[in-house]
Amino acid sequence: MTSPTIDGKAETANVLRMRGVSKTFGAVAALKNVDLDVNRGEVLALVGDNGAGKSTLIKILSGVFSSDSGTIYIDGKERAITSPADARSAGIATVYQDLALCDNLTVVNNLFLGQEISPANLDETAMEVKSWELLKQLSAKIPSVQVAIASLSGGQRQTVAIARSLLGEPSLILLDEPTAALGVAQTAEVLNLIERLRDNGLAVIMITHNMVDVRAVSDRIAVLRLGQNNGVFLTKDVSNSDLVASITGATDNEVTRRESRVHQDQEG
Amino acid sequence: MSNDALHLESSNLDRQDERLDSRSGIKGMIAGGIKSVKDGELGVLPVIVGLIIIAVIFQSLNSVFLSPANISNLLMQSSAVGVIALGIVCVLLVGEIDLSVGSVSGLSAAIFAVFLVNLGMPTILGIVAAIAAGAIIGLIYSFIYNRFGVPSFVITLAGLLVIFGLQILVLKPAGTINIPFESPLVQFGQLLFVPQLVSYLICAALAAGYFVSRFMRSQKRKKNNLSHRSIRSIALSAILIFILIAGITAYVNQGRGIGWMFVSFLGLVLIVNHLLMRTSWGRSVYAVGGNEEAARRTGINVKRVYLSVFVACSTLAAIGGLFAAGRLASAAQSSGAADTNLTAIAAAVIGGTSLFGGRGSAFSALLGVIVITAISNGLILLNLESDVRYMVTGAVLLIAVTLDAVSRRARTAHGRA
Repeated sequence: MTSPTIDGKAETANVLRMRGVSKTFGAVAALKNVDLDVNRGEVLALVGDNGAGKSTLIKILSGVFSSDSGTIYIDGKERAITSPADARSAGIATVYQDLALCDNLTVVNNLFLGQEISPANLDETAMEVKSWELLKQLSAKIPSVQVAIASLSGGQRQTVAIARSLLGEPSLILLDEPTAALGVAQTAEVLNLIERLRDNGLAVIMITHNMVDVRAVSDRIAVLRLGQNNGVFLTKDVSNSDLVASITGATDNEVTRRESRVHQDQEG
Repeated sequence: MSNDALHLESSNLDRQDERLDSRSGIKGMIAGGIKSVKDGELGVLPVIVGLIIIAVIFQSLNSVFLSPANISNLLMQSSAVGVIALGIVCVLLVGEIDLSVGSVSGLSAAIFAVFLVNLGMPTILGIVAAIAAGAIIGLIYSFIYNRFGVPSFVITLAGLLVIFGLQILVLKPAGTINIPFESPLVQFGQLLFVPQLVSYLICAALAAGYFVSRFMRSQKRKKNNLSHRSIRSIALSAILIFILIAGITAYVNQGRGIGWMFVSFLGLVLIVNHLLMRTSWGRSVYAVGGNEEAARRTGINVKRVYLSVFVACSTLAAIGGLFAAGRLASAAQSSGAADTNLTAIAAAVIGGTSLFGGRGSAFSALLGVIVITAISNGLILLNLESDVRYMVTGAVLLIAVTLDAVSRRARTAHGRA
């Protein structure tokens, strides 16, 4: 399968290249020979039905699972990712769906949790300054970094989680359902943030079920179906029906049947 | 929250958001304080109110209660349980509990007495052995907790029985060992009081230390364009702190003065406070208590955090046992028995450490233990025996835990979790 690249950029711009990655759980093949490329300054939407292997793929990249076979290249170099620490040192940061923030700690404390500056006698000023720099860079709307996470909205929490992932200066960010629990305005806020990450030259992989979000921010869409590649599309070129066909694996599917039914109802 | 009229034209990095409550000055501090309490952020308020009520009631019933000699006595009394409560604060912060601290303190006293009296070893060796025993108990607890995932209250409840058995075994055949009066530990527990001049120097040093640390932080924040406290407000706080502690010291000095044992307890509180508030270990303790899974995902070694708090708790319990042994000049089968466990836990909770994990501070051990000791001291002064004391202590514990649960609900409702 050949994957189209944005602006015809050469493959050297690949931050991530996965080739022939497979993973089985017992008798179930969760991923079979999956290839995936992500470029610098690009948002790749990873879509697929439930059970398509999206989460498995993300967990392999973030070091939660290790793959059974296949190779992963980061910035052109082959990397073995067997633990979250490996993923971090390879420049991959993951923002989980449940965000993994501590409600009882402040924004600064959450941002630097596990990577505090000067551990034996914390340099709180330096951490606060760095936090503000980071949040400014993301144009994030957090009123104060000295408030507990509990008092922030869902969108603000998502922002903090994303900001934390940036602290390690990653080259690739994995976002698992970043807008799933958010309202309209907060979703827009997070989508803006994702665009800013792209503009800062990061590679972003976003898992989502929300086609509107896919349309809104992604540059390319990679479809997984039953653990296998089922097409990579340029977002601006692909039609919704093609995309749905690719996700469900048939031109005649639940979605098209529903659409035609609705159509008939309207005419009749 | 929108307070446009009051919105400061500040250029500080952290004060630019218009949604921020920008009340400032002393008035603002008071208003902010009232709002925090309403939101369930009670802080030390219940403790201060409780202490005032206790003082008024007992003083009106027996005028000895607030006498310098009795306060001096009260501070000495509170030290041993206070050190144990300090350990309890550590385990409560990760949302666990240690119900065996009383037995650990009793075993520690027994080991010390046997080393000193029966084996004729030097004091220092007895102290080291007792504290090491405490640390080993914490290691065993954390191993069982981390390896098998048994809830800590079950592990430590079983531990309570096992350790109590060990304590009886160690004290066989006499059952009680008297520690000679000349022993440095007994001197420390009963007779060593801080000389007047030194006591004021300590007060001055504490206030100066407060001023210097806050001033340096404020300067650093100023340099980095963050909001900071003015030197005047810091100096004012430091002076108020000095007046408060020097006033108490001067009052107590009219009696026997302040014991070195209490000063040591204070020192331990300050050390634990530094570890909890200003080190990454402390952050990881609060993080594990707040959201264990999140802590794990950020790369914190959660098992090591549990290990460290269980060891800290049992070690501090062993030190508390030594304090108690010095004060009583003996180690008996009843040392650390009965109410020591619950008194120490009650002290930590009354002082404001949550049973639900993630909230609290080292100072809650200090404040809580003073409340608890004041109640039991006052009841003893009224010639009320242990029956009433148990019931009152139980009731106070229940009130403190209820307050904790209720304020937690209020915090959740007001987004302060």
